[in-house]
Amino acid sequence: MKAWLPSLLRLALVMLLVAFVTNPGWFEPLLKPLTENNAPVIYNQGSLLTLTLLHLRTVLIATVAATIVAVALAILVTRPAGAEFLPLSRSLVNIGQTFPPVAVLALAVPAVGFGEKPTLIALFLYGLLPIFENALTGLTTLPANVVEAARGAGMTGWQRLTKVELPLSAPIILGGIRLSVVISLATATIGSTVAAKTLGEVIIAGLLSNNLAFILQGGLIVAALAVLIYDGLSAIERYTARRMGRGAE
Amino acid sequence: MIEIEGITKRYDATTVVDDVSMVIEPRTIAVIVGTSGSGKTTLLRMINRLVEPTSGIIKLDGADNRSLPGYELRRSIGYAIQGHGLFPHRTVAQNIATVPVLLGWDKDRIKARVDELMTLYQLDPEAFGPRYPHELSGGQQQRVGVARALAAEPNVLLMDEPFGALDPIIRAKAQEDLLAIQKRFGTTIILVTHDMEEAVHMGDKIAVMDAGKLVQYAKPAEILAKPASAFVETLVGASERPFRLLSLGRVRDAMEKGSAEGEAIPGDASQRDALAELLWSGRPALPVTGADGKPIGRVTVDGLVKRAARPA
Repeated sequence: MKAWLPSLLRLALVMLLVAFVTNPGWFEPLLKPLTENNAPVIYNQGSLLTLTLLHLRTVLIATVAATIVAVALAILVTRPAGAEFLPLSRSLVNIGQTFPPVAVLALAVPAVGFGEKPTLIALFLYGLLPIFENALTGLTTLPANVVEAARGAGMTGWQRLTKVELPLSAPIILGGIRLSVVISLATATIGSTVAAKTLGEVIIAGLLSNNLAFILQGGLIVAALAVLIYDGLSAIERYTARRMGRGAE
Repeated sequence: MIEIEGITKRYDATTVVDDVSMVIEPRTIAVIVGTSGSGKTTLLRMINRLVEPTSGIIKLDGADNRSLPGYELRRSIGYAIQGHGLFPHRTVAQNIATVPVLLGWDKDRIKARVDELMTLYQLDPEAFGPRYPHELSGGQQQRVGVARALAAEPNVLLMDEPFGALDPIIRAKAQEDLLAIQKRFGTTIILVTHDMEEAVHMGDKIAVMDAGKLVQYAKPAEILAKPASAFVETLVGASERPFRLLSLGRVRDAMEKGSAEGEAIPGDASQRDALAELLWSGRPALPVTGADGKPIGRVTVDGLVKRAARPA
């Protein structure tokens, strides 16, 4: 494969995605054969652009919160003072992962009501584990002689954390965030069952009215977002890892 | 001056360092030699309190090393380790500047010091300063590691097998560089190694450790001539002894009057090198040249053989 081909494909996908969410009308002829009985081809209960942006916002808020909590937790349990909480925090985060997202939504609705909140709770709990696990791996597999050198140079615990340990584990932590974002992008669609404004709305409307065109456009936008974001975060990861001489993968 | 008084370190039931006392004179190199698990590294790490002793006192220039918080103490003591431990996410210049930055030196002073050290270590500051450690060769990384340890002008430099990962040729060069820099800055150096050759070559005094105890602490010649125990004798290596003894002396000191044929040897070379050259070239004597390159005498096989014998 030529070297420029992947970049070209990415660019084409971005352009296609932007064109689709801003001017879905252009694509009407393509999707027309998927509908029956003159049903609407393009989702008409709200703008696709707004839904996409809301979808991204939900994922962003949940991921940022999950990153802060998971990384803070990983830092805490890798300090000598917090080491005994390591098993506890591991099992807590694991519980977050074993709960099906639909169950979290169902339980959260009576507590916080319909809308974006229960979705955020589900995404937050779902995002914790990959980030926590990766942050833990990153912070516990630092090269021993580098950490030793940092202590020997007279860095305080805080200086070692901010100047050496976190920068060195950044590529691995980023890997966790990437996984978490992709999971959240997909899971957020379920949030529309409890009235969160996400792209799930389009898919669910399609399922309810037996409109294949709706299902396809909702699904494709989410898929394109996931591929592009995954790709972008991988590139950042590779860049930070390469700067440290750790090879690409 | 570093005074170690009755230092003991226990981990539960195991005693890693057992009641060690020694004094390291200022501006000298003390080499701690021992097998793995002899407690030599632990002893070294108690000087800058990376490890806290169970009992005993270590004084640096008369002051107890517990009178400062650990991290402040460590900023005043250079520390270089095997495999250099450079920060992979920081450039060479940033690595060397680590301790000065922690001490809050101003920018110009840090830059001047980094440039000085890099020039001293034959690394062009313009070319190498902005590079990352993984872009350097092993020998260059090691030099940056030592430069980082020396950056804040410490009086004391601790080195834990700093040359362990280097190939023999680069190692010899690194040892010469360190000796030259020690002379220039007058740093007190404590170096841990398991290599007796390195100890004899580098040390003003050698401390031999075995199973946590200090077995012998003496000048290299005395360690070679009068090993305190069978362990020290094994460490010295019976078959290597005469050659190590010769390696301590300069050709100048073994020089006799007269002249000889063939290629000359400088008076600053070691007697061991002279003997090797004599044996290899099959000559009975070599001319010796002074600093100006003019012959000033000769050195003979017989003369050197006498010097290699066990001192009375």
